[in-house]
Amino acid sequence: MGVYLVQFLSGLASASALFLAASGLSIIFGVTRVVNFAHGSFYMLGAYFGYSLVHQLGGGALGFWVALLLASLAVGLVGLVVELVILRRLYHAPELFQLIATFGVILIVQDLAFLTWGAENLLGPRAPGLTGIVRIFGVPMPTYDLALIAIGPLVLGGLWLLFNRTRWGVLVRAATEDREMVGALGVNQSLLFTGVFVLGSMLAGLGGAIQLPKGDANLLMDFGILAEVFVVTVVGGMGSIFGAFLAAVLISELNTFGILVWPGGTLVLMFILMAVILVVRPTGLLGRPETIGQKAETGAVQVVLPAGAHYKIFVALLLALLAATPLLVDDFILVLITDILVLALFATSLHFLMSTGGLVSFGHAAFYGGGAYAAALLVTYAATPFELAVLLAPLGAGLLALIIGWFCVRLSGVYFAMLTLAFAQVAWSIVFQWSDVTNGDDGLLGIWPSPWASDSLTFYYLTLVLALAGIFLIRRVIFAPFGYGLRATRDSGLRAAAIGIDIKRQQLAAFIFAGAMAGLAGGLFAFSKGSVFPDEMSIPRSFDALLMVLLGGVESLSGPVVGAAAFTWLHDELITFEYWRLLVGLTIVALVLLFPQGLGGAARHYLGRYLKLETSPGELPSAGAGREQRA
Amino acid sequence: MGMKNLLGTAVLAAALAISGAAWAQETIRIGDINSYKSLPAHTIPYKQGAELAIEQINAKGGVLGKPLELISRDDQGKPGEAVRYAEELFSKEEVVLVSGSLFSHVGLALGAYAGQKKRIYLAAEPLADSLVWAEGNRYTFRLRPSTYMQAAMLAEAAAKSGAKRWATIAPNYAYGKDAVAAFKEVLKAKVPDVEFVGEQWPALFKIDAAAEAQALEALKPDGIYNVTFGSDLAKFVREGTLRELFKDRTVLGLLTGEPEYLDPLGAEAPVGWIVTGYPWYDIDTPAHNAFLKAYQDKYDDYPRIGSLVGYNAMLSIAAALEKAGSTDTEALVAAFKDLELDSPSGPITFRAIDHQSTMGAWVGVTAVKEGKGVMVDWTYEKGADYLPPDDVVRKLRPANGG
Repeated sequence: MGVYLVQFLSGLASASALFLAASGLSIIFGVTRVVNFAHGSFYMLGAYFGYSLVHQLGGGALGFWVALLLASLAVGLVGLVVELVILRRLYHAPELFQLIATFGVILIVQDLAFLTWGAENLLGPRAPGLTGIVRIFGVPMPTYDLALIAIGPLVLGGLWLLFNRTRWGVLVRAATEDREMVGALGVNQSLLFTGVFVLGSMLAGLGGAIQLPKGDANLLMDFGILAEVFVVTVVGGMGSIFGAFLAAVLISELNTFGILVWPGGTLVLMFILMAVILVVRPTGLLGRPETIGQKAETGAVQVVLPAGAHYKIFVALLLALLAATPLLVDDFILVLITDILVLALFATSLHFLMSTGGLVSFGHAAFYGGGAYAAALLVTYAATPFELAVLLAPLGAGLLALIIGWFCVRLSGVYFAMLTLAFAQVAWSIVFQWSDVTNGDDGLLGIWPSPWASDSLTFYYLTLVLALAGIFLIRRVIFAPFGYGLRATRDSGLRAAAIGIDIKRQQLAAFIFAGAMAGLAGGLFAFSKGSVFPDEMSIPRSFDALLMVLLGGVESLSGPVVGAAAFTWLHDELITFEYWRLLVGLTIVALVLLFPQGLGGAARHYLGRYLKLETSPGELPSAGAGREQRA
Repeated sequence: MGMKNLLGTAVLAAALAISGAAWAQETIRIGDINSYKSLPAHTIPYKQGAELAIEQINAKGGVLGKPLELISRDDQGKPGEAVRYAEELFSKEEVVLVSGSLFSHVGLALGAYAGQKKRIYLAAEPLADSLVWAEGNRYTFRLRPSTYMQAAMLAEAAAKSGAKRWATIAPNYAYGKDAVAAFKEVLKAKVPDVEFVGEQWPALFKIDAAAEAQALEALKPDGIYNVTFGSDLAKFVREGTLRELFKDRTVLGLLTGEPEYLDPLGAEAPVGWIVTGYPWYDIDTPAHNAFLKAYQDKYDDYPRIGSLVGYNAMLSIAAALEKAGSTDTEALVAAFKDLELDSPSGPITFRAIDHQSTMGAWVGVTAVKEGKGVMVDWTYEKGADYLPPDDVVRKLRPANGG
């Protein structure tokens, strides 16, 4: 009896820190519609600031709690800077840009924290006066846990008062309902957004600070908390504070009791719960469907046009150059270009989903890794020959996309994106933990091509042929009736439905196709490196793909190829510096702010007009397909 | 304008990269790949140890009449990147071999690469048993005592402790699973009537320490075998101590005594755990004293286990080059087999049978002195004593004969 009660209370205690971090994210999203990936970094900074301030202030219980509050304020200041310098310029940009920009912030904060606090984990200070235990039915229970249990509802109550009893809170709620209307009524929106962002950052910082007496401050906290915080936010319903609280408690209790029943199920349980809840309630426990003010994920919609004559010549020249490359360069460059080709296919598949389908996937690496694992598992367990395994990789990934897509296409917009992210995490945890089959973290090794294809030169040509075939197939699909149908679902659901397009089925098919193509890239990757590890499915991998698409520009079809090349090249150049993460982060932020069209888009904008890289609308074969307006 | 700036930066970056690579041709280049940014607390000491060794070797005239040069790359903790850098180091930088890495999966990827491309990889720190056994190959060697060896050392201590009911807690991934499996296997062989009453598998770096401590307490074991490390360990020690989990129990901690893991715990380090680790403050041999002094003089910091491994790795490479008399890969492979050398941690042999070195580990009991966790009553256990018999090793290593 006592054991279960204490277990339950422990669950409530861990729910508190989780709730603080998640509520911050939820509030920020609710008002500004920014999916703030740097939220984990704010949580981490809260812990580090807390550590330093407690040691600075010293002096008993009062000093301790004051230090935690100051840490929260300090994180709020960091949030203020991030909002003013970066996000403020991006509120009208597509959400993808905000996402990538906050990802850049993660990298910057990682290196700055490392520079400031060093590499070693910093053990959190204990709370003076709360270091002991109380006995509940004879079972020891740390007193600090009791304090944590109180803090969660206290903050929740405070937030409720703030949002319901102050003018500022009322405005924030109004902005959550309808941003345009609030703006039209003369409320200073930027001030409101800044305030909300600072509040959210402070909550994350407080969350990181109050867990110190139970743990430490370390450099892995940012990504560590991220998945969990997103699950809580999505399960609770994005923008709902009460939902976040409910979800935090639910998930913490599930973890706490799950350990007793299924010790090996840690990590997976949480995602299973999320999938179940989202199937029953697609917008989360207390979330409301997005209605007004929903905007395009991918930005202003422009009609993509088939390649013009000059562009075809340009592509032909490029192909000739690629075919002749082995005569010109050494083995390493060849390996590098092989990598670029694989990534180009991966990025193109995501780009297809985003630009033509209007579906932004945050978890596209699931299919890249899925393809890699499909090939590797076939080789490992069925002794499948290399040639067959490469061709079956897209099939395996497509199957995975069918399962994940079935859940995801029921949602749209940010919910869709969050769900893809969550499912990618499920896939990752399964691969990571189901070591009897996947060999877990140690990966599957010895996935080499057949002897005839194993030298760098042959494998380069093989990759060239397969990756280009994939890219051209994607291009072909975009200009096939299926692609036009998909664009219809993106541009106007109502009209598409009216002319008889089954929207969800169309989207699902696109999702599967994109997944399969990512899988082909993954299969090629597996054979080029000789091994596969869960990393290929992880969140940063998904971000690599988004970054490549962004670098190349969402609007241009050749963008992802340019993006993959630029990504690999930039990465290789910057990585030689000691503080490469800082540099990469700053580069990302700069690119987002300076080149909102991406490199490919910018190039097309400045050069395309003169070089006639695409057919002008007038030359289009089908009449009447001029520039469309979004419905 | 922005484009111009970007190009300027890029040109500058390229220029810097080239000027770095063009330095000195008359050196023997050694490739070094490690996760310098993912786990800096471990990899920075490693690099410092390696650089100290290189400096000392070069001060004595280098190897084969040429100075050694270490060329480092950061794999960002990603196996795919590590393989790419290995390719780059061999074909562009013309290194004679690649060494380093900390994460097991990165090490395994590099091992597989080495086997396929017939290039040498000296795994310095990765612990995975399969690196030299199930996935072992002719071109991969490993320096640090493996998971199996360190688990076997603790299993011996467990057998001596007399505790019969054991519970285990380990991070839910490959290393944790190997560590538990090896411990169970060796302990069962030593004490047939031992009982394993439960296993806890927290997710790596996501431990719910309160719940785990509670769950372990409910099993009422005599002994607890802990494999958690890093921030998981800090949380587990805190909750376990508060909830009286460690009271009157034998607790074993794999790697817990290594400064990388023990030092962050400060005065809250567990007391009375039997652990493997590295009591650098207490080892009094001429070789180690010289190493310690040189390290502290150069870096104004104390060595971690990573420093020692990095130092020994470079000594091993230099010894192999001397023995081979050339930088030829096949000659080096032959030289590494049964290579013997002296190191600050005592004599080391790279076994011909499985390419595992016999570098050992220190086993002792944790205590807190002057607000810091330390190991006391320790002994140095030789690696050779904790490896399975040769016929078993041959079965574990299908690629043998290489």
